[in-house]
Amino acid sequence: MKKSGSSGITKGRKQPVKALSQRRRHPLAAVALLLMALLATGGIYAAASTANEAQAQTTTFTANDVDEGSKLFAANCASCHGMGATGSDAAPSLVGVGAASVDFQVGSGRMPMQMDGPQAQVKPVQFDDEQIRQMAAYVASLGAGPAIPSDEILDPAEGDSSAGGELFRVNCAMCHNAAAAGGALTRGKYAPSLEGTSEKHIYEAMVTGPQNMPVFSDANITPEDKQDIIAFLKTIEEQGSPGGADLGSLGPVSEGLFIWVAGLGVIIAFTVWLTSRSS
Amino acid sequence: MSSSTATQTYVPKTRVGKVTDYVDSRVGGSAIVKEFGRKIFPDHWTFMFGEVALYTFVILLLSGTFLTFFYDPSMAETTYEGSYLPLRGVEMSVAYASSLDISFDIRGGLFMRQVHHWSALLFVAAVAVHMLRVFFTGAFRKPREFNWIIGCTLLILSLAAGFTGYSLPDDLLSGNGLRIIDGVMKSIPVVGTYLSFFLFGGEFPGTAIIGRLYVLHILLVPAVILLMIGLHLFLVVLHKHSQFPGPGRTNTNVVGYPVGPVYAAKAGGFFFIVFGILAAIAAAFTINPIWNYGPYDPSPVSAGTQPDWYIGWVDGALRLMPGTIGNFDFEFMIPFPWGTNALPLNVLIPALVPAIILFTLMFAWPWIEAWVTKDTREHHLLDRPRNAPTRTAIGVAGVTFYCIMWAAASSDLIATHFMVSLNDVTYWLRVLVILGPILAFMVSRRISLALQRKDREIALHGRETGRIVRLPHGEFIEVHEPVDDYKLYTLTSFESPQAELPTPDKDGKVSRLDKVHGRVSRFFFEDRVAPVTPRELAASHGDHHEEVAGAKDREAISSR
Repeated sequence: MKKSGSSGITKGRKQPVKALSQRRRHPLAAVALLLMALLATGGIYAAASTANEAQAQTTTFTANDVDEGSKLFAANCASCHGMGATGSDAAPSLVGVGAASVDFQVGSGRMPMQMDGPQAQVKPVQFDDEQIRQMAAYVASLGAGPAIPSDEILDPAEGDSSAGGELFRVNCAMCHNAAAAGGALTRGKYAPSLEGTSEKHIYEAMVTGPQNMPVFSDANITPEDKQDIIAFLKTIEEQGSPGGADLGSLGPVSEGLFIWVAGLGVIIAFTVWLTSRSS
Repeated sequence: MSSSTATQTYVPKTRVGKVTDYVDSRVGGSAIVKEFGRKIFPDHWTFMFGEVALYTFVILLLSGTFLTFFYDPSMAETTYEGSYLPLRGVEMSVAYASSLDISFDIRGGLFMRQVHHWSALLFVAAVAVHMLRVFFTGAFRKPREFNWIIGCTLLILSLAAGFTGYSLPDDLLSGNGLRIIDGVMKSIPVVGTYLSFFLFGGEFPGTAIIGRLYVLHILLVPAVILLMIGLHLFLVVLHKHSQFPGPGRTNTNVVGYPVGPVYAAKAGGFFFIVFGILAAIAAAFTINPIWNYGPYDPSPVSAGTQPDWYIGWVDGALRLMPGTIGNFDFEFMIPFPWGTNALPLNVLIPALVPAIILFTLMFAWPWIEAWVTKDTREHHLLDRPRNAPTRTAIGVAGVTFYCIMWAAASSDLIATHFMVSLNDVTYWLRVLVILGPILAFMVSRRISLALQRKDREIALHGRETGRIVRLPHGEFIEVHEPVDDYKLYTLTSFESPQAELPTPDKDGKVSRLDKVHGRVSRFFFEDRVAPVTPRELAASHGDHHEEVAGAKDREAISSR
């Protein structure tokens, strides 16, 4: 059971890109690659799905970015994702996953993957922002996909946290918990807690559907709605817990555990004290 | 204090005395105080959980009254305009809006809500621990069987009080809980849908349920609880409190302190201790943060949706039950004259069977045990749990059965927090819910018997001091210190019934029931460790010269 999150979308374009990647050492390779990818691959993909194109790509990548990214990719990612990111038995093809996907997976420390398992674990980020940007540029050059979101759409101050809360409860809470504390999925997979997740990564997760998360395309949840969700998450994160220590926001289980261990424990200590002069 | 110069006509001199006498001559208080104030209660820390339950109930009444001043059990729709930002402008029921107002816009409201909810959790926990104490020490035996039944009823009532209260805020979490109750109700064949429609006043969730639960929660259930508490305490006073065996403690006396002044002061103080602990917890730890969950809407279900701890075992049983095994789906279609009715056993079995097993055994236990032991005497001296190995083992098996279902209610959190697969957690708990009680029974019975053997060993040979002494002729011995007489009494004075074989009646026949009884009796009492007899005790002191020698040598060594 290997991760095959996005291979379904991109299977059709495996062959032309593979052919391209074999000539990647040609001086004009980067330019040609960019053009070919954007025109041939991205064009068809964009025609098939315009859902995530509503938002303009704000980060412009240069040919140099793509070139550097290609080197980083070959050194750090290609052993699993294959030369040219066309995938292997161990990992899915990255053609068409977009810059947002790279920015999320590498930027949150999930990639390069620490070990094989039900899903990629978060660990310290392995690359600096510039390197992540270059790898994103390279992967974006392979086929059109969700772009890294602009700062305006990520600003929680511009969002409506009440509306975001309603969207969150309907679309996200069944896995991530109503208080975004995370929850279990089947067979060792899980939806992580969203506490401390950056606005950009929340947005990118929604448009790319990392790990077991479904894609919430712009047709499903508009960029403005996504901004509302981010506003909601940031509001509840910043306000803290109005009622005192939140015991992990895990609901009645941690509350029950607390009253049995701490509450009853203190009570028992007092009962022993009160009856300690027993006859 | 005034020295009482008790004459026939008492004329109070002080002002307080006059007032007191005025009241007393009209209500006869001094007779009550004289009778009740001299009531003796024994002292042991395990006897105080009933008190904790009583005090938390009082705290529940006080904090609950405060909440009723501001809570509105209406399911009418409104738009929230209170001070909690992430919900402002959201459409919700008046009940949820008023719960949010209590939390954010009523002075002290959130604190009182948290006191109320934490007290509810502690109330049921105290009731449960109190019942376990009564069970494992055999305090349910004659003459206290009816009080055990009242206690069991109180447990069920406290679950009812908890559940009806849990649903009142009308938030997402409680609505999910109600939906499960609705589903369980609808799984009852033929009458299920009718029951659900009667309760909810139509299709779930309707607009009636919160108001109905509110009436049950603040009127009917607490009233019946109060009545039962009154009966419970009356019987406690009537029977006198049971006590642990010890020197000077017999079946006909109670060794302890009188209510006045010792227990009046202790119990009064303990009420404030419990109140203080709950207030401290409520001030520092949030409980049921309803603002996190949002208003109830039948479509969303949050991850980590669980009931409060005391309903958890039913939720866990539902989680453990496989929906299908292979192609067998546990669902039967029963043809009735009026049409076909479904019998969804995959809901009915987990929702009802464990509860029926546990509650039936719980209610019937005093009579089951009396039938097994054929014991019709009164028991005011408690058993140490080890001295009733089979009862203890059955109790531990029941607790294990309960706890595994309870753990299953948090299977998702076990999976995420211990980094294991949710499926594996469920599979393991399915196995454990069957095997666990059996293993727990065997292990705890063995442990009880082993502890009895240890007691026997200590009574006969004294405590091992760990001091190794070399005797003049070169032999090494460990010094055993004989236990004092008080301890010896506790270790040796208990009853150990033996298995009763069925005896033929006057026609020389053994009835079938007698045969069954013989078998059950053997199951209960065949494995036993006989208590130390006086003769054994005397003999053990006779042939333990090395002990004395050892002690003497030790003195000689230490005085060197």
